[in-house]
Amino acid sequence: MQGNNSNHIIAQDHPLEIAGKKFTNRFLLGTGKFKNKQELADCIQSSGTQIVTVALRRIDLEQSGESILPYIPKDVIILTNTSGARNAQEAVRIARLAKESGCGNWVKIEVINDSKYLLPDNNETIKATEILASEGFVVLPYITPDLYAARALVKAGAATVMPLASLIGSNQGLKAKEFIKILIEEMDVPIIVDAGIGAPSQAAETMEMGADAVLVNTAVATSANPALAAKAFSLAIEAGRLAYISRLPKQKDIADASSPLTGFLFEIS
Amino acid sequence: MLSMKITVNGQEKVFESSLSLENLIENLSQNKDHVIAELNGNIIKSSKWLSTAISDGDAIELVTFVGGG
Repeated sequence: MQGNNSNHIIAQDHPLEIAGKKFTNRFLLGTGKFKNKQELADCIQSSGTQIVTVALRRIDLEQSGESILPYIPKDVIILTNTSGARNAQEAVRIARLAKESGCGNWVKIEVINDSKYLLPDNNETIKATEILASEGFVVLPYITPDLYAARALVKAGAATVMPLASLIGSNQGLKAKEFIKILIEEMDVPIIVDAGIGAPSQAAETMEMGADAVLVNTAVATSANPALAAKAFSLAIEAGRLAYISRLPKQKDIADASSPLTGFLFEIS
Repeated sequence: MLSMKITVNGQEKVFESSLSLENLIENLSQNKDHVIAELNGNIIKSSKWLSTAISDGDAIELVTFVGGG
């Protein structure tokens, strides 16, 4: 086949499906830490992301604060996180407030008690998922990778599971690799790896091992050129995905020549 | 009427006249697009802001969407 038919080849992948919605782009972008909202808008465009996370906060009574929503295109899914919640009840309250805004019912449950490591509290996350899924929310829970928690979340109605790769904002990469692998192997819902991914190579590695999508925020927003970084992550995630579905061969301990081992010029028969 | 003391986003505010939630939000927020209001723990839809009267001692939360991961 001639080389100009790459669309056909890529079409062999099926889209990521969450709660009946299909996504061709597997890069979720977090919208925190950007220097200004235009930089965020540029990143949404350069990455082609179809899902972005946002947070809910008290409005600033001292100065005119502008909502971030006008900078997010209408066809991009708004996934409101419950950051700031310290228990299930607070996460539920934030999710209900977000739903009231009319920009959808997708919620990333994030319950954190620890200010040093910012690790999610899986137990409270399960409780919040039970309540919100029963109220019709599309629930994407952010967890410390743990098989039992993931199973409980799916039972509670979670649409996906979002295990952390390493500590939030740490850029440490795929520290939890072996535990995320177990989730990929055992769970039927999409596994979206969230937090700690600091470089496109790490995002590609995550996708190569079979994650369904990757969420990145800090590494993009705090780079010197966020729009370029966002594009780089998006390409890496696509590359990793294609590598995964192409089923790469296993690593070997000895060499295996790439060129034929017969017909050498200097061979005498 | 007597002055009315309310709490908005954790801050104490004093108003000298009666007001609706709509008045309050217009008064405190320069942009009410995408503002979500909670009165004493209950979410109030924006269509009800005008008909919701603020009373002495009320606790109001006004929130909006910001960047987050």
